[in-house]
Amino acid sequence: MKARYLLPIAVFLAIVAVFGLVLYQVSQGRNIREIPSPLIGKTVPEFELPLLLKPEQTFSSEQLKGQVSLVNVWASWCVSCRYEHDLLVRMSRNIDISIIGINYKDERMDALKWLRDMGNPYVASIFDHDGRVAIDWGVYGTPETFIVDQQGIIRYKHTGPITAEKLRNEIMPLVNKLREAGDTV
Amino acid sequence: MIPEIGHFALVVALFVALIQTIMPVVGAYRGIPELMAMGRLAARAQFLFIAVSFAMLTLAFIENDFTVAYVAHNSNSALPIQYRIAAVWGAHEGSLLLWVFMLAFWGLAVTVFSKSLPEHFLARVMGVMGFIGVGFILFILMTSNPFDRLIPGAVDGRDLNPLLQDPGLIIHPPMLYMGYVGFSVAFAFAVAALLGGHLDATWVRWSRPWTTVAWLFLTIGIVLGSWWAYYELGWGGWWFWDPVENASLMPWLAGTALIHSLAVTEKRGAFKSWTVLLAILAFSLSLLGTFLVRSGVLVSVHAFASDPERGVFILAFLVVVIGSSLGLYAWRAPSVHVGGRFELFSREMLLLANNVLLMAALAAVLMGTMAPIVLDALNLGKISVGPPYFNAVFVPVMLPLAILIGVGPLVGWRSGDVRPLFKKLRTVFMVSLITGVVLPLMAVGKTTLMVMASLAIAMWVILSSAQYLKERLARRSGNKGLSAGVYGMVVAHAGVGVFVIGVTLSSAFSVERDVHVRVGDTVQVNDFGFHLDEVKSIRGPNYHSDMAQVTITRGGEKVGILTPEKRTYFVQTMPMTEASIDTTFFRDLYVALAEQRDEDGWALRVYHRPFQAWIWAGPLLMALGGILAVSDRRYRVSAKHVVQARQKPASGPVSGGARA
Amino acid sequence: MKPRQKRMFLAGVALAGVVVAAALAINALRGNMAYFFSPSQVVAGAVQPGEPFRLGGMVRSGTLEKSSGSLESRFIVTDNVQQVAVSYAGILPDLFKEGQGTVARGELGRDGIFYAEEVLAKHDESYMPPEVADAMQPMPYNKDGTRTPEPLRPAAAGKRSMKVIRSEPVDLTVPLHQVEINNQ
Repeated sequence: MKARYLLPIAVFLAIVAVFGLVLYQVSQGRNIREIPSPLIGKTVPEFELPLLLKPEQTFSSEQLKGQVSLVNVWASWCVSCRYEHDLLVRMSRNIDISIIGINYKDERMDALKWLRDMGNPYVASIFDHDGRVAIDWGVYGTPETFIVDQQGIIRYKHTGPITAEKLRNEIMPLVNKLREAGDTV
Repeated sequence: MIPEIGHFALVVALFVALIQTIMPVVGAYRGIPELMAMGRLAARAQFLFIAVSFAMLTLAFIENDFTVAYVAHNSNSALPIQYRIAAVWGAHEGSLLLWVFMLAFWGLAVTVFSKSLPEHFLARVMGVMGFIGVGFILFILMTSNPFDRLIPGAVDGRDLNPLLQDPGLIIHPPMLYMGYVGFSVAFAFAVAALLGGHLDATWVRWSRPWTTVAWLFLTIGIVLGSWWAYYELGWGGWWFWDPVENASLMPWLAGTALIHSLAVTEKRGAFKSWTVLLAILAFSLSLLGTFLVRSGVLVSVHAFASDPERGVFILAFLVVVIGSSLGLYAWRAPSVHVGGRFELFSREMLLLANNVLLMAALAAVLMGTMAPIVLDALNLGKISVGPPYFNAVFVPVMLPLAILIGVGPLVGWRSGDVRPLFKKLRTVFMVSLITGVVLPLMAVGKTTLMVMASLAIAMWVILSSAQYLKERLARRSGNKGLSAGVYGMVVAHAGVGVFVIGVTLSSAFSVERDVHVRVGDTVQVNDFGFHLDEVKSIRGPNYHSDMAQVTITRGGEKVGILTPEKRTYFVQTMPMTEASIDTTFFRDLYVALAEQRDEDGWALRVYHRPFQAWIWAGPLLMALGGILAVSDRRYRVSAKHVVQARQKPASGPVSGGARA
Repeated sequence: MKPRQKRMFLAGVALAGVVVAAALAINALRGNMAYFFSPSQVVAGAVQPGEPFRLGGMVRSGTLEKSSGSLESRFIVTDNVQQVAVSYAGILPDLFKEGQGTVARGELGRDGIFYAEEVLAKHDESYMPPEVADAMQPMPYNKDGTRTPEPLRPAAAGKRSMKVIRSEPVDLTVPLHQVEINNQ
C-alpha cells in the first residue's frame, strides 16, 4: 500500500538520473555524441594489400592477429594527420605498441616523402590506393584510429587526430586491459 | 557604483533568504512565536533587497553602462528605451534575476494577503519559499552574475538579439515567470502542510486563490509567447512543440489539474494526498522547465545559455527541492485520511477523469520532450520528436476532456443522476452536432470529419457551459447574484470551446503560399488578391529595413494595406522578418517578406488563416475566468474573518468532509 | 457497488487507460521520430533514399544557388569531411547563410540529392545546434598550434558537385584530375 506513495519520487529519480548522465557526458568532453562505429566488437574486415615501403610484399588482415595493435588511417594530403603525426612518432619510440598504418587514397611518392620528412611510426603501412579497405573499415575521413585486439577484433575507434590526453585516458588503458585479458586466455 | 549596489543587495538578499529559511521553521518546530514572526519580516526584506538589485540592473541598462558585461552583451546605445528595459531579462543572467524578483514578490504577496493564516503554517510557508530563494540567488551569484564588470568597458554594446526587440518580449517573460514562480506558493503551502502533518481543508482553501492566480499568469504568458512566435519567429506557425514551449505547457497542465483537484478536496475532502502531489508536481515542472532551458541539455531555438556547470547546479538544487518534497510526501501522505465517498457517476468521478486525462496529456508531452534526451544519453542515436507525435497523442486526450467539461458542472457531488442529465443536455447535444456540421460549411464552404467532430465538441463545451449558467441563475435564491467563482468557471470553460474552434478551423483551412513575386504582381489566396505595390528602403533607430507595401483586394474592392518588413539590425547584422497581419474576427491575412531573390523579385509568404484570433481569444477567456474566480467574495471575506474561517472545517456540505 | 468493488473497478479502468495511452504514445513516438545524421553518416550509407531524417552541418561557402523566378535553392551541407547536396523549394530562414550551421529535414532522393522539406538555421550569432556542433569534425591544427579550416576539395563544377559523393573523403589538396567520383 505504501509503495504507491514512493512512485512519484521513483519517477523523479529516474528523470534525474538521465539528466545527470547527460550532464556528465557533456562535462566529460565533446565526443559523447560521436558516431559509434558499427564495426566495434566485430572482427576486422578481411583484406590483403601491398605494403607502402615494399610493394612486392602484402599485408593481410590475418597478420593483425596475435597482438594488440593500433591501426591508423592516414594520408599525406590530410592536414589533420600532420597534427597527430608527431605524437605517433613519439609513441612508436617510447611505448611498446605496434602501429599499423593504412595509407589512404594517396600517391606512393607523396606518402614516402611524408614518412621520410616527418618520421615513420608504423611497423607496417598498407598502401590502400583506391580506398577499398578503408571503405570496409567504415572510414569517414582521415585520420581515424582503431584498436584491434589479439583475436583481430576491433575494440575502439577514434575519428580525428588523437591527442596526448586521449592517448593517456582512453587508448593506453584500453590497450593494457586488452593485453592483460589476452595473456590470461 | 550602481552595479556594485545591485550586487551587494543581492548578497544581502541571500542572507535574508537564509534567515527566512531557518528561523521560522525552527520557530514553528519549537513553538517560538518570535522566530516564526521573523519569516514574514524576512520575506519583506528579501523583496526589498531584490527589488533594489533588479532596479540597479535596470538602471545600468537605461544609462548604457557598458562596463557591465551583461549590459554590454545585450544592449546598445541606439536601442530604444523600452527595449533597453526589456533587455534586462533578454538573456540568461537577467532572466534569472527576474525569476528571483518574482519569487520575492510572491513571498511579499503571501505576507500581505495571508494575515489570517495560522502562525505555524505561515512560518513553514515562509521557510519553504525562503529556501527556494536561497537556491536561486546562490545560483545567480555563483554561476550567472549579471553585475560582472567588463574592464575596460565596451565602447558600445552588442545589442539585444533582434528577435527579442518586440513588444511581445517586453511582457511575455514576466507573465510566464509570474506563472512559473507563482506555483511556488501552492508548493510551499503543500510542503508546509506536509511538514505540519495537517492536511486539512484549511490548507486547500488557502491554496486555491494562489494557484488560480499563478495559473492565469502562466496562461497569459503562454498565449503571449505563442503570439510572439506567430508574427516574429514562426512564419505563421503558432505552436511548435519546441522543448521550451513544452516546458511551459507541462506546468500549465499540472496547474489546470491542480485547480480542479483543489476544488474536489475543498468541497468534499476527497483526493487529499493526490492534490498535495499535484501541488508539488506543478512547481516541480516549473523548476524542470527552468532546468531544461538553462542547463543546455536540450536542443532548442529558445535556449540561450548552455553550460554544464549551470546545469549541474540546477540539477542538484532540483534534487534537493523536489526530491525532499516527494520524500516528505512519501512519508506523510499515507497517514492522510481518505476523504468523502462518492459514487461512480458523480462530479468527483468526472473531476478524477479530468485529472487522469490531464496527466495523460502531461505524460505524453513529457515523454516526447524527454525521448531525444534519453536516447542521446544512452547513445541510441540522435533524434527529434516532431509535431506529428504531439498532435497524435495530445489531441485524442484533449477532445474527451472537452466532452467532460460540458458534463462535469451539471453533475452533482457525491452521486449524480444520469437520466435528468440526458434530458438537460439533449438540446445542447443536438445544437452542437448541427452547428459542428453546418458552421464550417458556412464559414469556409468545406469540411472534414475531424473538423465536424472538433467543432461539435467545441460547441458542446460552450453551450453546456451556458446551460449550466442558465440553471444556476434559475436556481439562485431571491435576488442574490451568483458567486464570481461560477462566472469564472463558465467563462474559462467557454474559453476552451473558443480555443478549440480556433485551432480546428485555422489548422484545417489555412491556405499558405510561398511565392516568388515581382513588384506589380498579384498573388491570389482564396478570394483575396495580394498585390505587391513596391518595396522601399527605410531606416529605423537601430536597423534599416526593406518595407514592402501589399494591397489586399477582394472582388476588386480594397480590403487593406499590409507592410511587411525585412530588417537588418546594425550591430548584430542579423536579418529579421517582420510579418504584417490584418486581423478580423473571422480571419487573419498574413504577409511576410522573405529574401530578395533577384533584381526586383522577392520571396513572399502569404497566409489566409480563418479564425486565427480565436486561438488567442480562447486562452485569454480562460485567464479572464481565473480573474473572475479569484475576485470571488469569499476570498476577500475570509481574509477579514480570520478566526472563524480557520475554525470552520470546510465549506459546503459538512457531512462529507473528513471521515474522522 | 460495494466500496471494494468500486475501487477495483476504478483501478481496472485506470490501468486500462494507462496501457492504452502508453501504447498510443509509444506508437506515435516511433512513427514520428526523425533521426539526425551528419553528411559523413549519410555518405557512409546510414540512410536509404526515401527515409525521412534530419541532416545537419555547415552550409559550404560558395555553394548556395538561388534560382531566379522560383523559390528553389540548392546548396551543399558539409561536416568538414563529407558533403551532401541539398535542394529546397521554399523560403529560407532569415539566418540561413553560407558558412553557417543548418539543419534540414527531408529525405534523400535516388539521385543522391537531399530534398529538404524544411530548413532551419541557427537562432542567433553564437548559436549552433548542438547536433551540428557534434557533427562537425574537429578542425585540424597547424603545426604551430593554431587552427585553420581545412581547405575543402574545390567543388567539381556543375551538377556533379551537387550529388552525394558516396564513400569518398574530401581529400583537400589533391588536384581534381586525381579524384574519381564513383557513385556506386
